[in-house]
Amino acid sequence: MRYLLLLANTEERIAGWEDLDADGRREAMAEEIPKWNAFFDRVAPNPVGGLQLDLPRTAKTLRDGGLVTDGPYAETKEQIGGYLLVDCESLDEAIEVASQVPVAATGSVEIRPLDE
Amino acid sequence: MSLEDVFREEWGRSVAILARATGDPALAEDSVQDAFATALERWGNRPPRNPGAWILTTARNRAIDRIRRDRTLARKTELLARLEQVDVPEEDTSVPDERLGLIFACCHPALAGDVRVPLTLRLVGGLDTGEIARAFLVSEATLAQRLVRAKRKIRDAGIPLEVPAAHVLPDRLGSVLAVLYLIFNEGYSTIVRNELAQEAIRLAKLLAVLMPDEPEALGLLALLLFQDSRRAARLDANGELVLLADQDRALWDQDRIAEGKRMLERALSFRKPGPYQVQAAIAALHAEDEPDWPQIVALYCRLAELAPSPVVDLNRAVAAAMAEGPEVGLALIERVSGLESYHLLHAARADLLRRLDRREEAAEAYRQALELAESAAERSFLERRLAEVTTA
Repeated sequence: MRYLLLLANTEERIAGWEDLDADGRREAMAEEIPKWNAFFDRVAPNPVGGLQLDLPRTAKTLRDGGLVTDGPYAETKEQIGGYLLVDCESLDEAIEVASQVPVAATGSVEIRPLDE
Repeated sequence: MSLEDVFREEWGRSVAILARATGDPALAEDSVQDAFATALERWGNRPPRNPGAWILTTARNRAIDRIRRDRTLARKTELLARLEQVDVPEEDTSVPDERLGLIFACCHPALAGDVRVPLTLRLVGGLDTGEIARAFLVSEATLAQRLVRAKRKIRDAGIPLEVPAAHVLPDRLGSVLAVLYLIFNEGYSTIVRNELAQEAIRLAKLLAVLMPDEPEALGLLALLLFQDSRRAARLDANGELVLLADQDRALWDQDRIAEGKRMLERALSFRKPGPYQVQAAIAALHAEDEPDWPQIVALYCRLAELAPSPVVDLNRAVAAAMAEGPEVGLALIERVSGLESYHLLHAARADLLRRLDRREEAAEAYRQALELAESAAERSFLERRLAEVTTA
């Protein structure tokens, strides 16, 4: 079965990232990238798909068929920063993959089975 | 072997095998139900030589028919192929029991907490929706709706019908044990629902047989056996609650106690203590002629470490009152927090105040307990005690 993993981070962490200057971001990335590499090497070598999104403040939402508002669709404490699409044997396997995603430790991962 | 015996034995097994093959518990359940309906018509007084194989074969054929008739099903060919492959054992062999996987699926943390209990009773135990609805005082329609959603979720979310991987097993086993204990308690709290308590014991035995190396599964079974041994003594002829200390020990079921002790010993031999084993050990001490109160207090302390909860603190306080006197118990009860709306906290406080002859405070505590108690037997017990402390 295929599962969409919606990766979300807390507002504080997103704000923290936005406050960093170019050097700070480079440093932070240098710390993050090995974790992601390890994740893709060990846990999800062949994801069906996945993308990282730009920051939530760049979002626009079309509501009620015409009204465009600034920002992501819902005011929540966490915002989606990317997704992964994985093919797993069962929900337990998908939970296992989700628990290893680097953002799982600080944010949340919503697991959505595809309707297929 | 009557059809009812076959049902008890084969229902869960057949549902589990077909659910595993199709990933669809609702389809499995309906097909097995059909098979038993056919058996009722055809068997008469002469069940076939291998009734389990007959049921499974018939249910599998029903499932195949149902899938063939479904015009919209995308995975039709795949599902049919998997059903064709379902092995129907000629004789009862030692094939791994698929019921275990079904139990874990019914108690999966992705399912809402309040549906795990009825779902286990329905799919593994074979109780019908009406029985379960009556036991849990919900309308049959509401319960049926909840069960439909849960079964759909198992299918659509791909909740696995198997024993979880080793590194998540302790956690997931905890959820299974909690469900079985809830079923038992639901049945133990009133006499009319006794069949639920017996079903919980049956399921706990099944779990202990299927997971012989899990001491906590044995611990839960032992605990249920000890509690069940006192069933006949728990209420008097008028349906009034009788406290453990006042119970007629002649009414205790000695076979149950002996079985409980055997299970507890087997559990303890693993030297991997857990909350259910400790609770069973406490229940075992209560079954002795002279309960060893200091030992019971020590076990409650151990339980508080393994599974901290204010209810454990309350029980420890009550045991300490027995071991060291009501003052000590009362001092410990005053330190329990988070149980202000739990009637047994006030009832226990009231009892200790009564024993210290602080009658006015005792009466006040009995009144508080009465405000919160729900079961008729408990209310009537509290009213009697209140009357005792308020008459000079």
